[in-house]
Amino acid sequence: MTTLEPAPARPPRTATLVAAGRRRRARRWATVTGTLAVLVVAVFVVSLMVGRTFYPPGDVLGVILGHDVSGADFTVGRLRLPRAVLALVAGAGFGLAGVTFQTMLRNPLASPDIIGISAGASAAATFAIVVLSLDGTSVSVVAIVAGLGVALLIYLLSRRGGAVGTRLILIGIGIDAMLDSATAYLLDRAAQWDLQEAMRWLTGSLNGSTWRETVPVVLALLVLGPVLLASARGLGMLQLGDDTAAALGVRVERTRLVAVVAAVALLAFATAATGPIAFVAFLAGPIAARLVGSSGSLLLPAGLVGALLVLVADLCGQFALGTRYPVGVVTGVLGAPYLLYLIVRTHRAGGSL
Amino acid sequence: MNDPATHSLVIEGLSAGYKDRTVIEGLDLLVPPGRITSIVGANACGKSTLLRSMSRLLAPRAGHVLLDGADVHAMPAKQLARTLGLLPQSPIAPEGITVSDLVGRGRHPHQRLLARWSREDDEAVADALEATGTVELADRPVDELSGGQRQRVWIAMALAQRTGILLLDEPTTFLDVSHQVEVLDLLTDLNRDRGTTIVMVLHDLNLAARYSEHLIAMAQGSVYAAGEPADVLTPDMVEAVFGLTAKIIDDPVSGRPLMLPVGRHHVS
Repeated sequence: MTTLEPAPARPPRTATLVAAGRRRRARRWATVTGTLAVLVVAVFVVSLMVGRTFYPPGDVLGVILGHDVSGADFTVGRLRLPRAVLALVAGAGFGLAGVTFQTMLRNPLASPDIIGISAGASAAATFAIVVLSLDGTSVSVVAIVAGLGVALLIYLLSRRGGAVGTRLILIGIGIDAMLDSATAYLLDRAAQWDLQEAMRWLTGSLNGSTWRETVPVVLALLVLGPVLLASARGLGMLQLGDDTAAALGVRVERTRLVAVVAAVALLAFATAATGPIAFVAFLAGPIAARLVGSSGSLLLPAGLVGALLVLVADLCGQFALGTRYPVGVVTGVLGAPYLLYLIVRTHRAGGSL
Repeated sequence: MNDPATHSLVIEGLSAGYKDRTVIEGLDLLVPPGRITSIVGANACGKSTLLRSMSRLLAPRAGHVLLDGADVHAMPAKQLARTLGLLPQSPIAPEGITVSDLVGRGRHPHQRLLARWSREDDEAVADALEATGTVELADRPVDELSGGQRQRVWIAMALAQRTGILLLDEPTTFLDVSHQVEVLDLLTDLNRDRGTTIVMVLHDLNLAARYSEHLIAMAQGSVYAAGEPADVLTPDMVEAVFGLTAKIIDDPVSGRPLMLPVGRHHVS
């Protein structure tokens, strides 16, 4: 048998290169998303372990599985577990809703907590509790209706004249300020409120969370999360502009309607339980985008980043700073500098805002 | 099934517009299959509106757009997008997206909701990159490219869509003259090599006459003249459509008609 010459190196086929590049980017997406999921679980477990009394992971797991663990039952099962679950699902809900709006409107500033939708849900929830003396699911319903109402109002106000984008954001910021003062006014009128409770409706808080607040948000996330994830591809196509997306076979109006209603409802459920936890919806998407790059959908990573933000911020607020701060104070401290950075950067890049 | 040269695109009595403004009224048109057609006309005469109506972006007030005999406005969106592609005037590239990912977006009408990326998708993207000479740019972010490169990438995206008919709204705007010619040469290659029917809106009458086999001159929302460039590009047409006095000579390079505007300071 004659020895074979090594085959001359052929230039790789373009399709092979294309496939390799795509796989490389898909791998990065999967790695980042997987890491985020692991981190969320880890912080979730830690937040069940630490507190005035420390419980080892074994005890925590026992409580979660429904075993009788003397001592840990009440503290972990009744106090820490609903709080941690609410932090997780509300954070994921804020993250998903935020990135949906940012993707759809092609602008990181177009997050529902900047353009007044969170503020609308929060003001309505405060109104429902203080003035109408409602509680439970009816508060969520009022918050959802108000959230959708504000979304519609901003849309209608910014539609006249054609140019959406910057105009929508400026109008949203105005509405946000108005609704925030409405919330403050309502809280001021209700004399029986203590500062902690008032903070919930101004910046968001997880203090005193019970299963009664937590369960509706869990259900909302289980129903609306998949709806949003299913529209992820259509949303990604909308980034190319409405005409291009439509020419590629996307039903633009339907995709937008489904995404807006699902995102606002999810946001309103979470807001009715925790208050408008400051800047989580706004931060989650851009952080996720930095981590996963431009390839693949941002929805799932942003949901995980949102959950992680709220879990970590709540841990910090409870234990890192001496006094117990509501979670929204901590996320607010993180979010405000980022907002400034974003405005400075777009200004420098010659953007219109 | 998707043999490009066999697709027919016929417009019957089309009226279309926005809100209370009617832009196109009672327009009839037959797009010759397997050819390059250019639409010319003054600003705001309805050229873009016509393209938007042809590709289902705008519902007509009256009349029909028939693709292979079927009304495009009654067709499922993805099915239409597998036969008829449109590159709008100013598409938006998401921040940071790579060339290869952007071109891959053109595969959307061929993909199902949960289906994985197929080998055929990769082949179509690779093919589109090769045809537009953008293989070396594949992993670069679109933001970093020059205007000419970017336009080739957008055309690559439309190619990855693998449609028999491709509509382009002013594909040469914002490009310098060498890149304009480059883009039009590329579209000619597509038409010759694959038989893709091309319909484009162009501003430059001379490039339109040079590069298309069928020329449509529009004025006030209807077709003023349609046919071979030599028959359509006449001093009378330029006068009627653009309100401009012009001389038409033979283009020494291609033998097609060449329009020379006269203007106020010269005598024809």
